[in-house]
Amino acid sequence: MSQHRLYMGAPSPSGHFGDFGGRFVPEALMPACLELEVAFVDAWSDPEFVQEYRSVLHDFGGRPTPITYLARLSERIGVEVFAKREDLAHTGSHKINNVIGQTLLTRRMGKHRVIAETGAGQHGVATATAAARLGLECTVYMGELDTQRQALNVFRMELLGSKVVPVTSGSRTLKDAVNEAMREWVTCVEDTHYCLGSVMGPHPFPWMVREFQSIIGHEASEQLSERGVGVPDLVVACVGGGSNAAGVFAGFANTSARLVGVEAAGGAAVSNGSPGVLHGMKSMLIQDEHGQIEEAHSISAGLDYPGIGPEHSYLAAEGRAQYVGIGDEDVLDALQLLSQLEGIIPALESAHAVAWIVQEAGRDIPRGSTVLLNLSGRGDKDVAQVREILRGRS
Amino acid sequence: MKSLEVTLRDLREQGRKALVPYFMAGATPDWTRHVEAALVGGADAVEIGIPFSDPMMDGVVIQEAALRALEAGTTLETICAQLSQQRFSAPLIAMTYYNIFLHFGLERSAGRLAECGVQGAIVPDLTLEESEEWRRYCDLHDIATIFLVAPSTTPERFARLAAATQGFCYASARMAVTGKAQGGGDAARVVEAVRATSDVPTYVGIGITTPDQAREAALDSDGVIIGSALVQTILEGASPEQTEQFIRSFRRAIDE
Repeated sequence: MSQHRLYMGAPSPSGHFGDFGGRFVPEALMPACLELEVAFVDAWSDPEFVQEYRSVLHDFGGRPTPITYLARLSERIGVEVFAKREDLAHTGSHKINNVIGQTLLTRRMGKHRVIAETGAGQHGVATATAAARLGLECTVYMGELDTQRQALNVFRMELLGSKVVPVTSGSRTLKDAVNEAMREWVTCVEDTHYCLGSVMGPHPFPWMVREFQSIIGHEASEQLSERGVGVPDLVVACVGGGSNAAGVFAGFANTSARLVGVEAAGGAAVSNGSPGVLHGMKSMLIQDEHGQIEEAHSISAGLDYPGIGPEHSYLAAEGRAQYVGIGDEDVLDALQLLSQLEGIIPALESAHAVAWIVQEAGRDIPRGSTVLLNLSGRGDKDVAQVREILRGRS
Repeated sequence: MKSLEVTLRDLREQGRKALVPYFMAGATPDWTRHVEAALVGGADAVEIGIPFSDPMMDGVVIQEAALRALEAGTTLETICAQLSQQRFSAPLIAMTYYNIFLHFGLERSAGRLAECGVQGAIVPDLTLEESEEWRRYCDLHDIATIFLVAPSTTPERFARLAAATQGFCYASARMAVTGKAQGGGDAARVVEAVRATSDVPTYVGIGITTPDQAREAALDSDGVIIGSALVQTILEGASPEQTEQFIRSFRRAIDE
């Protein structure tokens, strides 16, 4: 029998997944990264911590989230689609899994404050929620453009007792919110944890966030077994930084399932990018011929990111996962299709995964295949924006 | 020992505190004239900032300067071409983020910098742990690799960074990005921690905005680095003559 490589285990001691990952931060932040690594390793191997993380996600976060068989969509496209319903988790997306883990860790490290970046606002709202629950102070950095696109989420965070700081530098979107959060972290690292929202940044963040999100994949794997579906032929998730994809892939990385990450076509770091260093990590990035990072463009603020988590770059380089791009128009169609056929309004981010499945059913996805779709978030936050666009169309 | 370190150690032996201004290359069309003016005004070495789109360690002033430089079409290659056109009377030190060199090619970057007279490089997001390959190419081209230490640096890291840094050790006076100057800073303690483990020249930077602050920082260290305060005046339209005066005022303060 041939030797199979095991995927989605721990990175190397220096935080590398193959050629990707590592730590590229100012020296001022190195001690905090090292401290965080020690604290995470210690907590994650402590059954009491793991139990608390699970019970908060159960009692407060709404887990386990169900799996829904999408009967009408399946019939329409000739592929059996099962949706993992992260849209039903508290705060409306998978982001809660990560922030519960990180805020519990913040408290365990004796820090009393968190800062976070946010794009669409999902991670910001989730962080504000967890911070409120645990009594932590919270400040969220959000690109000015995104505060306009997602004004209601700004209000939600404020309602939850957090402070929202609009970021006016650079492209005024997620990438600049990360820059600003990193700059701020330098000044307050002693008593503040940076609650990064995706599987990106310096080690141990990509690993830690994947571990906190892997509950998605492990639950889904068990639920599909219980239903007699077993291992699906494909697991499909949208990818910006890539936390929901990493979470669901983690349950299937060492099975026969094909793993597909769907990027926004205007921010497709794997398809259109090249290796580089940004935000503390080496990964695939969209950059120009001089190594300047380019602005991503997407209808969805959550996928408006020119990079991708380093483990995804590694899975792509290894050929273990495949990454594809989907354009804004197809996303809008998919959002309406899922709403009308299944009674689920998906987040614009998640609609990318739906769009790819619809597009490739009967083509790249053979008829009759079983597909696990990670429905990472609900679309309530997007309906105002979608209404504007659809009005403009007619 | 790298040429830069020989020069900077000589300086210290002469009892002279080093004054190292920072310029963002390409932020104004006449930026090399500002560099020359600084040398006339009494600078001992000059940091040449190479603009990057996502300067994680920089405050608003350097961010703005980088943006202007990028909008003007500045690249590593245009900077090297401009630097090659003249010889400067003091060492030049390149400062930028790792992606610029990584993308240009590490070996090619080190070689190109050396060709245009650059003797040192500061890459603030390149940690000691990730720097082996870069240091190897810099060794081939006599480029000193300069590392930063910060108030948060642990004793074990102070020792390793002070041993690895070449030319000088860049001591961050405070936990902040460039340009912010709240509170007195921790410069004396940081410099002391370096000196406890190494005799490499140690310069203080981050948030030194006035001649008085520079004087105080120089008392505890071997030199000072002036970045945002200077770049701010240039963004506001200072002439090379004004830059010379600006540098002279800092020179006088640290020589007192």
